[in-house]
Amino acid sequence: MTAGAAVERQPLGAAGRRRFFQILVALSVTEFKTRYFGSVLGYVWSLMRPLMVFGVLYVVFTHVVRFGGNIEHYPLKLLLAIVLWSFFAEATGAALTSLVQREGLLRKVPFPPAVVPLSVGLTAAFNLGLNLCVVLVFVLITGIAPQAAWLELIPLVVCLLALTAAVSMLLAVLYVPFRDMAPIWEVVTQMLFWGTPIIYVIVTVPASVREILMMNPLAVIIEQARHAIVDSSAPSAADSIGGAPLLLIPFGIVVALLAASVALYRRAEGTLAERL
Amino acid sequence: MTAQQPSGDRQPAIVVDSVTKRFRVPRERYHTIKERVLHGFRRTRWEVLEGLHDVSFSVAPGEFFGVVGRNGSGKSTLLKCVAGIYRTDDGEIGVNGRLSTFIELGVGFNPDLAAEDNVVLNAILLGLDPKEARKRVDSVIDFAGLEEFRDLKLKNYSSGMYVRLAFAVMIQVDADILLIDEVLAVGDAAFQHKCYTEFERLRDEGRTILFVTHDMQAVNRFCHRALLLERGEVIAIGDPKEVTGKYMAVNFREERGADATELMGELADRAAYVTDAWLETEHGERREYAAAGDPVVCKVLVNFNWPLEDPALTLVIESDSGAVAFATSSAWNGCRTGRFEAGEQVLFTVSFESFLSPGRYYLSPQVALLEGETAGVVDRRDRAAGFVVTGAGEHGPAAGAAHEFSIERVGVRELSA
Repeated sequence: MTAGAAVERQPLGAAGRRRFFQILVALSVTEFKTRYFGSVLGYVWSLMRPLMVFGVLYVVFTHVVRFGGNIEHYPLKLLLAIVLWSFFAEATGAALTSLVQREGLLRKVPFPPAVVPLSVGLTAAFNLGLNLCVVLVFVLITGIAPQAAWLELIPLVVCLLALTAAVSMLLAVLYVPFRDMAPIWEVVTQMLFWGTPIIYVIVTVPASVREILMMNPLAVIIEQARHAIVDSSAPSAADSIGGAPLLLIPFGIVVALLAASVALYRRAEGTLAERL
Repeated sequence: MTAQQPSGDRQPAIVVDSVTKRFRVPRERYHTIKERVLHGFRRTRWEVLEGLHDVSFSVAPGEFFGVVGRNGSGKSTLLKCVAGIYRTDDGEIGVNGRLSTFIELGVGFNPDLAAEDNVVLNAILLGLDPKEARKRVDSVIDFAGLEEFRDLKLKNYSSGMYVRLAFAVMIQVDADILLIDEVLAVGDAAFQHKCYTEFERLRDEGRTILFVTHDMQAVNRFCHRALLLERGEVIAIGDPKEVTGKYMAVNFREERGADATELMGELADRAAYVTDAWLETEHGERREYAAAGDPVVCKVLVNFNWPLEDPALTLVIESDSGAVAFATSSAWNGCRTGRFEAGEQVLFTVSFESFLSPGRYYLSPQVALLEGETAGVVDRRDRAAGFVVTGAGEHGPAAGAAHEFSIERVGVRELSA
């Protein structure tokens, strides 16, 4: 008996926070194991997937449409963007239905529901880390020397994780009362794919549209990553958006999404289990 | 029930103070925007169901506390409120100590993973530290007796093995307060026995346990105190025997469509009432079956609220079709049962060599007054308990077979009035 230990149901106490992370890690490790330990090639598949998408897009856009031919290091830029993008797309897509799928768990064990979409994101983040290593290997093979600017990747990935976490949490909790979030998000994902400089680079876009596209945090992250790792001659995100102060807008979007998702979970936490 | 009562002077482990829980249930639920548009965004009509109404009780540290009630009476809702899964609408719940909730065995078990991974995951979800969880994997698998199947994926487990594993994790979790919902309703006889032994150990270790169940035997066996819920309200709290007796009464009354709280009042107004009826083996074990030809012992427990002079105690054994297979009464032999005081509890026993042919039977006891101004039936409990006679072959029912009849004064209980 922990004498005098006050009620341990306050979700944001130190013990509550530790439990939050313990469950988060346990759930994502489990998910990781179930996803890859069952198949023959196991983990290789998760590396192959973005590489295959890259292969297809590369062939189409350099040999069929003849688009990327005159962009410097086009294959690497494409690959880097696809790795970052597929993390976002996979994590949010899987998070969308996660709360509803884990209904059994949420109704039977007391724990903060935000853990569920975040654990999905964390599983995808393991993949992202390994995929980025593969990208760096390709970059080195191409003959680009490692440089200090590569370290920029760390804050960029942190921003990407924050954005993905916020969007995942929002989607998961919205899906509970609104099941049509599934088709809606599918369409939005498609729009985002084409609206983000993934298969193209931002300089190929007319200047008038460029600044609008750069309001998208994903565009900023991808363009800046390309600038830092692959091609320092390409304009940085600050240049593309029209000045560093304007970067506050996409950054603000990420912060606002995070704040919204945290607020929404605080409010929904107590009643979520009975609404599932 | 005879285990030493936990000391009541310490701070209670669980305090539930006038808790009310309402569920808002939409009359029609729109899951898509199209449905919403078609229904013109008019306000969804909600029905408010009160899951719990003004429930108050407290559980002392080390107490084994039973919660009983019929389906839908709010037992599980209460448990989920205490666990913090549901938020209460009114009232306060205080929990003092580390709490672990077992609403289902094997929560979070993943069929695609081996036993070891599942044990760790489940234990973490139940509140164990990851390090501690990994340390205890061996003892869990050992207790479950599944060493050979350690690396087998859970989907290849038999359901019995699955349950054993889940139960083994549960008893490894070292919380001060355990909330347990109906987990004993699983497994074969041997496994149930193992569960019971573990329950006794947990109780003797001084864990505080809030135990939701339908199993009245388990309540009588383990609980220090019990609580009876009916339609979200507490209608009885205290001695497990008393509470389970009332549970039986509520249950049978409901079949006749009457209100439970009304019934409780009515029972208090009655001179005497039947609280329980059951079948035993000759060694005193409660049973719901008997082999054809075996000795059968029928027991009926009666509570007296007022003093009664020479009540007639009657037992009828009915077959499934409603035919009377056997009947006996203390009055038939002209026997005077004597005077029973208010608050007295009486056990009457009818035993005989079973002459019943295989099939389903029911005990229908009755207390009546044959003489005086208040002559009439005091309490009658049709089909208070059922049992099955097993075996092959025909044994024609033989009314009037040799039997013994005895009445035993078992004690005096306190009357609340």
